[in-house]
Amino acid sequence: MGLVSLSAEAAGLDAQSALVSPDPPDTVLGMVLKAFFPTCCTLADSGLLVGRWIPEQSSAVVLAVVHFPFIPIQVKELLAQVQQASQVGLVVLGTWCHHKQEPEESLGHFLEGLGTIFSHEPWLQLCWEKGSKFWSCKATHQQSSTIPGVPIEDHVMLIFYDQRKVLLSYLHPPTVLPDCQAGDATASAEGLAAIFDTVSRSEALFCKNQFDEDPVRLSHWQSEGLEASILVELAKKASGPVCLLVACLLSLVSAASACRLWKLWPLPFIASKFSTCEQLRHRFEHLTLVFSTQKARGPAQLMRKANMLVSLLLDVALGLTLLSWLHSSNRIGQLADALIPMADHVAEELQHLLQWLMGAPAGLKMNRALDQVLGRFFLYHIHLWISYIHLMSPFIERILWHVGLSACLGLTVALSILSDILALLTFHIYCFYVYGARLYCLKIYGLSSLWRLFRGKKWNVLRQRVDSCSYDLDQLFVGTLLFTILIFLLPTTALYYLVFTLLRLLVVTVQGLIHLLVDLINSLPLYSLGLRLCRPYRLAAGVKFRVLEHEAGRPLRLMMQINPLPYSNVVHTYRLPTCGCHPKHSWGSLCRKLFFGELIYPWKQKGDKQD
Amino acid sequence: MEEERSFSDICGGRLALQLRYYSPFCREFCVSCPRLSLRLLTAVTCTVWLAAYGLFTLCENSMILSAAIFVTLLGLLGYLHFVKIDQETLLIIDSLGIQMTSSYASGKENTTFIEMGKIKDIVINEAIYMQKVIYYLCILLKDPLEPHKISQVVPVFQSAKPRLDCLIEVYKSCQEVLAHKKATSTDP
Repeated sequence: MGLVSLSAEAAGLDAQSALVSPDPPDTVLGMVLKAFFPTCCTLADSGLLVGRWIPEQSSAVVLAVVHFPFIPIQVKELLAQVQQASQVGLVVLGTWCHHKQEPEESLGHFLEGLGTIFSHEPWLQLCWEKGSKFWSCKATHQQSSTIPGVPIEDHVMLIFYDQRKVLLSYLHPPTVLPDCQAGDATASAEGLAAIFDTVSRSEALFCKNQFDEDPVRLSHWQSEGLEASILVELAKKASGPVCLLVACLLSLVSAASACRLWKLWPLPFIASKFSTCEQLRHRFEHLTLVFSTQKARGPAQLMRKANMLVSLLLDVALGLTLLSWLHSSNRIGQLADALIPMADHVAEELQHLLQWLMGAPAGLKMNRALDQVLGRFFLYHIHLWISYIHLMSPFIERILWHVGLSACLGLTVALSILSDILALLTFHIYCFYVYGARLYCLKIYGLSSLWRLFRGKKWNVLRQRVDSCSYDLDQLFVGTLLFTILIFLLPTTALYYLVFTLLRLLVVTVQGLIHLLVDLINSLPLYSLGLRLCRPYRLAAGVKFRVLEHEAGRPLRLMMQINPLPYSNVVHTYRLPTCGCHPKHSWGSLCRKLFFGELIYPWKQKGDKQD
Repeated sequence: MEEERSFSDICGGRLALQLRYYSPFCREFCVSCPRLSLRLLTAVTCTVWLAAYGLFTLCENSMILSAAIFVTLLGLLGYLHFVKIDQETLLIIDSLGIQMTSSYASGKENTTFIEMGKIKDIVINEAIYMQKVIYYLCILLKDPLEPHKISQVVPVFQSAKPRLDCLIEVYKSCQEVLAHKKATSTDP
């Protein structure tokens, strides 16, 4: 008896009215009513269902259960209070009946009567008997019924959801309609995002728990007591003064670095050539953002701050490990001792290479005179370089020791310094590359211009095209002569250019690998990845449904679970912006520049103009 | 109400289709793919190990044999976890949406849920796949802001690849559920 039989009676009544007159289309073809019910309330005592009704989707999102005894005025006051705080339209949706022992008849009548006090269309009645696996649900429309006195019943579909997980999760991508502003508090989201939105905005309702001495007794996920973590609360309290202190220190540092002294001519140029300065500036920006005294504006900003903080901490931890490793057992001394012989060895290898080029490299016959000139020029260059290195050798260990200390700023800084030291040590290779490239470039332009003369054509600068031109006989004679000379000298120059370009590309590749590692440490969102691993419901890509045990004639029950974001999407959404040192050229333009001998600058520096 | 029928896929392998009617507006279709065949597994393992043994006789390095064992084990685990799909399920719930689940041989499940507001229709499409013409069932999605255009086509049962008779069963069932949605929606 009780509500179960009442619903059977009502169903019987409907069947009878079906015999009398055909079913109005609404009862069969009307939208199915979806009732989202929190799993924490399934064991709650009987009471009123409180939540939000979304008419466009015909869904009722139940947020809490109000238990007996209550005074209707107080319930309405509470709802108005929460509605003002959260901008979510809360109403009384219906009744919840949990029969623990024998079904109570009087309760059934009482619950029917409540429908008249809190009028809401449709009025939802959920009932669960302890011991029975199945629920009974009824949703009645009193006003829109075609037969007066007989309410229309909708089909009800029960969807269970875990309130805590839905509250804490963040749905990607956020579905914001284009005509709503970001600050519009009553903006309605589409579809399932509306459910997430409703639950997350109703935090004011979930703050009321059983220890509050409220006249109205609620049941929801936090009704046993507010959930919080001591560490998190302490961190929140401590973060205020710490942020203030660090922000002051950082502003002092930035004021010092903005001083006019650093703008004197050689310093900005040198600073732009070294990647260490770029990396330091990047990390400084991260620090200012993390320790800024402004609160994060949204979950995306919060994640970004957290990612930056974890990345900084990991960087410093790895840097300190490297520092301890370097300074233990006199590694710095060993490194300094090994550096000079290594530089000598590289210079010796280069000398052998030049001797080889000055002979008959790979069996090719070079032009003897040009060969000797170029070879001797480069050999003298190497000699100068080695003398400078030997001049510096007493100070190397001290310099390395102080530079090694910079590893405490982070592993990325140490790697950038390594890349810069490599660039400095191979500076002579860079110089050789520039000489070879310029020579080759001149030769190629000369050859192309004289080739046009050979055919009787000329480059028209005004019209940017090749035009025919009549040359004098002596012009033709000298031009042809020069053309022949240049073309016979081409193999020698081309070979030198090829060899030094390959060496330069090798150095650039090594530097590129180091930069790639630095970029990886800079941009990987470790906090998001950790969150996805340990608390997958926080980052939601969507939802998934599971059909629970079903019996014909009973309402359909579904379990809604959070579908977490895949790892690749996590990295893609939350990656931090890097320094911007990306390769400037595509493969096609690189090959073209190599062929014509134009100089290659492999990385786009921040101050460069876009092509 | 549950029903099971057997069909075949485009290569001739046996498929089992399970139809579950929970209610007039909620239906589930489960297509089970053929299991991992022992013959193929044995063949691949033998090939890899023979090749490793051949290399071993050339190089006299026993690391090659252990490496071959590792490669076989890791390859099998990776195949079961990332490649071999055992079952594909389509759950259609009127007024909520359509959910597609793929279960891998290692137990991993990959679920995608599409809301009803984004679904325009379910159709059977023809496609030219190498030298064959095959039929596949797909869901047409629309942008809620532009209901007349099709923004995306999502194919269903991609690894099972059932034949037209199986697809027609699923199609008819889905259309019955969607007919109600079309009757209540305002789209032309």
